[in-house]
Amino acid sequence: MSVLVDNDTRLVVTGITGREGTFHATNNKRYGTQVVAGVTPGKGGQDVEGIPVFDTIAASVEEAGANTAMIFVPPRFAADSILEAADAGVRLIIAITEGIPAHDELRVYTQLKRSPDVRLVGPNCPGILSPGKASVGIIPASFFKQGNVGVVSRSGTLTYQIGNELAQRGFGNSSIVGIGGDPVPGSSFIDIIALFEADPETELIVMSGEIGGSAEEEAAEYIAANVSKPVVAYIAGFTAPPGKTMGHAGAIVSGTAGTAKAKAEALEAKGVRVGRTPTETAELAMQILSA
Amino acid sequence: MDLLEYQGKQLFARHGIPVPSGKPASTVADAVAAADEIGYPCVVKAQVLIGGRGKAGGVKLAKDRAEAEQYAADILGMDIKGFTVHEVWIEGASDIAEEYYASIVFDRAAKAPLVMLSTQGGMDIEEVAEKTPEALARLHVDPLLGFQDFHGRKLAFAAGIPADLIRPVGAMLSKLYATFIAEEAMLIEVNPLIVTPEREVRALDAKVTLDGNALYRHPDNAALRDPSAEDPQEQMAHERGLTYVKLDGDIGILGNGAGLVMSTLDVVAGAGGAPANFLDAGGGSRADAIVSAVEVILSNPKVRAVLFNIFGGITRCDEVAKGLIEAFDVVKPTVPFVVRLDGTNDVEGRQLLADAHLPNVATAATMDEAAAKVVELAASAGAAA
Repeated sequence: MSVLVDNDTRLVVTGITGREGTFHATNNKRYGTQVVAGVTPGKGGQDVEGIPVFDTIAASVEEAGANTAMIFVPPRFAADSILEAADAGVRLIIAITEGIPAHDELRVYTQLKRSPDVRLVGPNCPGILSPGKASVGIIPASFFKQGNVGVVSRSGTLTYQIGNELAQRGFGNSSIVGIGGDPVPGSSFIDIIALFEADPETELIVMSGEIGGSAEEEAAEYIAANVSKPVVAYIAGFTAPPGKTMGHAGAIVSGTAGTAKAKAEALEAKGVRVGRTPTETAELAMQILSA
Repeated sequence: MDLLEYQGKQLFARHGIPVPSGKPASTVADAVAAADEIGYPCVVKAQVLIGGRGKAGGVKLAKDRAEAEQYAADILGMDIKGFTVHEVWIEGASDIAEEYYASIVFDRAAKAPLVMLSTQGGMDIEEVAEKTPEALARLHVDPLLGFQDFHGRKLAFAAGIPADLIRPVGAMLSKLYATFIAEEAMLIEVNPLIVTPEREVRALDAKVTLDGNALYRHPDNAALRDPSAEDPQEQMAHERGLTYVKLDGDIGILGNGAGLVMSTLDVVAGAGGAPANFLDAGGGSRADAIVSAVEVILSNPKVRAVLFNIFGGITRCDEVAKGLIEAFDVVKPTVPFVVRLDGTNDVEGRQLLADAHLPNVATAATMDEAAAKVVELAASAGAAA
């Protein structure tokens, strides 16, 4: 087992005809993911290295049976593309695009919340990898192998760092899920941790957070109340200078001001072990799994 | 992006929000001319992106021309908590009967705009929220529904606004919300929101933070960036599309992805070093972006050693290596570099570096090893200097 993407994933890539879209869609296909379609309005009928291109996401669902969408279009088109995917009946939407305006994200989030069966992961995320089954996104898949550690992270490159440290110690992953570092992520730590808790293959969960917002604190509460599997955490940003952009009103909302220290303490208070570096985090995971 | 007070007020004025009339000035002569035009008494206000201006002596009431000249001369060039005052805002003095507080925040946790209102304006609102939370009325707005008139009445009654001001205060909140949406703000804060003796409601201050990702839709706002108020390295980085934050130390840091760079700062600090900057070269960094990044890092004279920490996903390690080789050709750095490359095309990247035989470049296999190495190099460069 694994979470979200696997052998049944039938992927449509929006923005497939762009340079990065082509590079990563074909990378995902080479990994073994069923990349069944691409979408670029006006380029329907063409193909990208054997992947058929459609004008609309709806056509890719009807004609190629797509059930998962990867959003790879530039920021100004991304919100529209996510909404188009949901409208076309796609139930899992993975948005890689970085730099989407926050108010666009807010409108998309609010709209998608009205259809509880639609899940958005990202935006501004590296995607999802279920080693040995499917890779959707930009995660360098060759570094990871199948195993029992579920990883969920706000940062892409930090995910690779921690996943790689685990791999070097002989541990593989059930799935690696990047939820993205934007103000309004479609899926939270809690959403993904709940999936790992229910996934029989996952024996340990690693969560990697960073300063800002309160998602880690909320996850700590959720873990204490709902998660039976061991959870190890890492938080980046202990030495980052205090928020440059946060106004007074923002500090009121976040309460703890979103510092790394506050997040680590909130997690440790609920029994989650927190590594001080990516290496220490991987070592904590290894200790628990080897025990 | 944070706006100066007067930029925020000009934004408010465009959306029909009553603000005192005023003019910005960057020289004493312009300030006096502005004061003459506005009339006396007037207020001379330092324009800096930091709170506590009043306590620092950056806000003065001038009753005549001589005072306006004196205060403008005092305030222009003044240092307020590390920010130099380049501009003052000259504004007609307001008669104040009441001071309220109003704000709209992009509430990440609730995933909705949060509108707040209090009759206890003019003071530190965090203190109000802590000591008398009931004095701060709060309301989350469904972003797809928007702010309705009843939202305004609900907040105004909850905050204890007097009956005759319920409608005008509600109308003010409605206009602030419209501004928040139209300009794609992350924060709008008015403290104080004043009531004049004539019972008019006006914004006497304006703190506005705009979403940098949305500036492409707001070219007028994008033009408000004030390069003179920025650190030279930060300005240079911004012009080159790099995310850079200057820090106090002597180890230049380049990484890809905000999380990994933050983590790198932590690991370098843990190894006993002091980072000179945060620099996220971003996803998909091409060789030319790396050259730019090296130039920005080395333009800070405090830098004694540089750490490249790359784990490639969308970024390809061979592009990073090409960029570094090109940077050595263009910039000819004299400080030592430590490079750690993992991820997409890492083998090709390491090979390119090995073949280039760059002077003063060490490689490291892991992040911890790279951090230890660069800390050692910076320390020995510091001892030699």
